[in-house]
Amino acid sequence: MVTTLLFYAFASVLIIAAVGVIASKNPVHSALFLVLAFFESAMLWLLMEAEFLAVVLVLVYVGAVMVLFLFVVMMLDINVERMRDGYTRYLPLGLVVALVVILEIGHVIWYRSQNLPFLTVPEPNPEGYSNTRELGSVLYTEYVYAFELASVVLLLAIVAAITLTMRKRPGLKVQDVAKQVAVNRDDRVRLVKDDAGTETET
Amino acid sequence: MITVSHYLVLAAILFSLSVAGIFINRKNVILLLMCIELMLLAVNFNFIAFSRMLDDTAGQVFVFFILTVAAAEAAIGLAILVVLFRARQSINVEELDSLKG
Repeated sequence: MVTTLLFYAFASVLIIAAVGVIASKNPVHSALFLVLAFFESAMLWLLMEAEFLAVVLVLVYVGAVMVLFLFVVMMLDINVERMRDGYTRYLPLGLVVALVVILEIGHVIWYRSQNLPFLTVPEPNPEGYSNTRELGSVLYTEYVYAFELASVVLLLAIVAAITLTMRKRPGLKVQDVAKQVAVNRDDRVRLVKDDAGTETET
Repeated sequence: MITVSHYLVLAAILFSLSVAGIFINRKNVILLLMCIELMLLAVNFNFIAFSRMLDDTAGQVFVFFILTVAAAEAAIGLAILVVLFRARQSINVEELDSLKG
């Protein structure tokens, strides 16, 4: 009973937040609504006993990805008004497409799967059950190759993001170590004859 | 009683809302990226619901990888966005026509 109430509370806030993401005038508000949506999803995942992923969602998405989004949104100077030209023009089309998608998926879910035996809700996991341990025990054995590939994907993302956003500005003073090491005496020292006829190093 | 169908319908609503978001915010690249994040979230809902229903951890492992790839995608997408804004002073999709495609 409590679970039902919690589900409907979290689900309604999640849908309101999703509507806020797509309907806000200000992109900053959209990003903040998206943060709310991720929070509510984490709560719903907790109800489905996927505790590790719920915590990861809050840490990675709310903590890192959404901060990145907010940073970019606030850093770029966007003309919000011009961005919303044609908003009302495409609103009916968007709503129709959304309605069609909901009806199609809902049809499949509700009418085609009513009396399938595997659609029952399983018993809650016993006390002392660790979702993290369970996930780790398959992640590092059965899916270890995919796990390594995921780390390569993250490395690629780091390299790509840095190389894309790094820029060479004119007049920037940087050290070139190879040039410094390869320097000769003649590049640095010049012999000058003064009036007295003695040679001085400058 | 909350069944798995409830979660699947919720994920469907979330997915279709983000599809509608892509239609109505088709000029703003940042909002398009946010809608894609929302879509991936809806897909993750399905994976977790079926993982719970079939009592199989594989679904949660998949969600783990989807989160990884989505984070990488967001990072690269925002980097491209910043470079784009530097070059064109705009992120309006309609003005990105220099390739004349």
